[in-house]
Amino acid sequence: MSDHHPTGITRWFYTTNHKDIGTMYLWFSFIMFLIGGAMAMIIRAELYQPGLQFVEPAFFNQMTTMHGLIMVFGAVMPSMVGLANWLIPMQIGAPDMALPRMNNWSFWILPFAFTLLLSSLFMEGGGPNFGWTFYAPLSTTYAPPSTDFFILGVHMMGISSIMGAINVIVTVFNMRAPGMTLMKMPLFVWTWLITAFLLIMVMPVLAGLVTMMLTDRHFGTAFFDAAGGGDPVMFQHIFWFFGHPEVYIMVLPAFGVVSEIIPAFSRKKLFGYSSMVYATASIALLSFIVWAHHMFAVGMPVAGELFFMIATMLIAVPTGVKVFNWVATMWQGSLTFETPMLFSIAFVILFTIGGFSGVMLAMAPVDFQYHDTYFVVAHFHYVLFPGAIFGTTAAVYYWFPKWTGKMYNEAVGKTHFWLSMIFVNLTFFPMHFSGLAGMPRRIPDYNMMFADFNMWASIGAFGLGFTQLFFFVTIIMAIRGGKKAEEKQWDGATGLEWDAMTTPAPYHSFSTPPKVD
Amino acid sequence: MTEQAQENKKLIKRLLAIVGGMFIFAFALIPLYNVFCDITGINGKTGGQALYQNVDIDKSRVVTVEFLININRGMPWKFESQVKMIDVHPGELNEVIFYAKNNSKFDIVGQSVPSVAPGEAALYLNKTECFCFDQQKLMAGEDIEMPMKFYIDADIPEDITRLTLSYQLFNITDSVNANNSASVATK
Repeated sequence: MSDHHPTGITRWFYTTNHKDIGTMYLWFSFIMFLIGGAMAMIIRAELYQPGLQFVEPAFFNQMTTMHGLIMVFGAVMPSMVGLANWLIPMQIGAPDMALPRMNNWSFWILPFAFTLLLSSLFMEGGGPNFGWTFYAPLSTTYAPPSTDFFILGVHMMGISSIMGAINVIVTVFNMRAPGMTLMKMPLFVWTWLITAFLLIMVMPVLAGLVTMMLTDRHFGTAFFDAAGGGDPVMFQHIFWFFGHPEVYIMVLPAFGVVSEIIPAFSRKKLFGYSSMVYATASIALLSFIVWAHHMFAVGMPVAGELFFMIATMLIAVPTGVKVFNWVATMWQGSLTFETPMLFSIAFVILFTIGGFSGVMLAMAPVDFQYHDTYFVVAHFHYVLFPGAIFGTTAAVYYWFPKWTGKMYNEAVGKTHFWLSMIFVNLTFFPMHFSGLAGMPRRIPDYNMMFADFNMWASIGAFGLGFTQLFFFVTIIMAIRGGKKAEEKQWDGATGLEWDAMTTPAPYHSFSTPPKVD
Repeated sequence: MTEQAQENKKLIKRLLAIVGGMFIFAFALIPLYNVFCDITGINGKTGGQALYQNVDIDKSRVVTVEFLININRGMPWKFESQVKMIDVHPGELNEVIFYAKNNSKFDIVGQSVPSVAPGEAALYLNKTECFCFDQQKLMAGEDIEMPMKFYIDADIPEDITRLTLSYQLFNITDSVNANNSASVATK
């Protein structure tokens, strides 16, 4: 097998190789993670003490908005696509992704989309300041002029995501090695396949929504303008019809990642493989009928609140199945605690905490107390940071030796983990309390009574932000001078990428299909 | 490989159809939502002009109807109802006078948008005459008295003894001027 690959900068511009594109996605998302993180640092610095210290409220609003947008669309989603690019062909025994040129295009749209979005911060009137959920009329009638750049940016990254998703589906359906039946696929491939279907179902809805915003702003339509017969509440319905599946888009691939890692370090088969597949599919299906639990407070009739409340709580069932399976996989296994395993176990524990606060929020009557408070902020950061981000981090540590043939420094990796684990809790746990006590989200100043909780959260956030630099250092150290990785670095690892491929993974994956038992 | 390419093409076409379908679905959500709310009456939106014919009057019940007025930002009108609240029997035709005055030095077109709380009551509130069916254009300083006639359907559930009809008044001069031919008014 030839391992020749092009060199120089044009390698990255013209590449159609799934590994190169995966690498670019991962670095891109890491850069976005740092930018979004820097915004979080500004937010936490301002909230360190009550009163206004560092930034104007208007700029604070732009920071909360951009932090959300960048993290959701720039950091988490591309990191998952990056993992998909790297791993799916290797895990199903394919030579590459099915549509390599589209793959190149779908990546290279992203830097432009996010340059557009970020540039709006420097425009007259400032960047988007209406929250990442961009509710009308804040994002239509009262929005800054730069909102059109935001709309175009969302369109572009939507196109990118849709192309990425189509690529995954076509690859999984048409490129599997002979013998790789659907129910033999690694769970990461399964969760990504389901995620890809969610993406092609809801990203067009988001595109439609921002198109309506655009015509409302400039072409005299009144989709969300009550004066013209429209309805601002409808904006929220359409947004969350996209938005709820979107949260599963961000976390399902991470489910897949830990479902690979936990069995490897427990030296056991995954407990309940098929129930994992069905649970993932049910979560995806249910995600389409629960959107209005984000808007219990808009004045829905009781019947509606009941429906969305019960449907939302139903999601706890398949999610519970998954958590049970992960724990059962570890039960009586020969566990070792290398960095990827540590991140995966933390994922299971902390994601479950986020799931519990989700069930609390699902209860319509009490949601009136929690709605738009820091309790919500605590909830979704618990499912996103230890969920999506720990998942991606675990994946990078786990597959890094396979990808590069080099081993990272386990001591630095473990330091990265333990500091992250401490600081993520110090940052987000106090937010539960300030939220329950009634501190609203998206405010630059707050009542004195919340001062202690906010100071802890800010200290935690600075620590958490700083700790992520360890990740960067570990990776760079490993690339520059890491020990040579073993042919099979983790003795419990299974799958084609470990058993049927040399280390480091060759530039072109399986040119001839591997044998699948 | 060509066979593979053809397979891929077929699948891509299907997936693109889903993408296109979902994009259209986003827009279809709007009429779907409105129809759904019309049928179930959960949004508090009142219907169009009703006729008062062969309506049963239920003298045994009394429903209190409150009127609430909100004037949107950038709307320099005075706008009020002559009574804040009336007690009506279901089925009876009632008339309430609303008064509007343009306090500015400009000609302004206004549009009021009604809403009923609780939402379920909207299905039973029928208006035979309402200024909200049209736009109002008031010259600078002009004022107007506008009658609003309505009756409450005798089928209204027993537990609704009080309902609020609110009007939000918007300044739509700019959009009317920008798009003279467009009919912005609804119901």
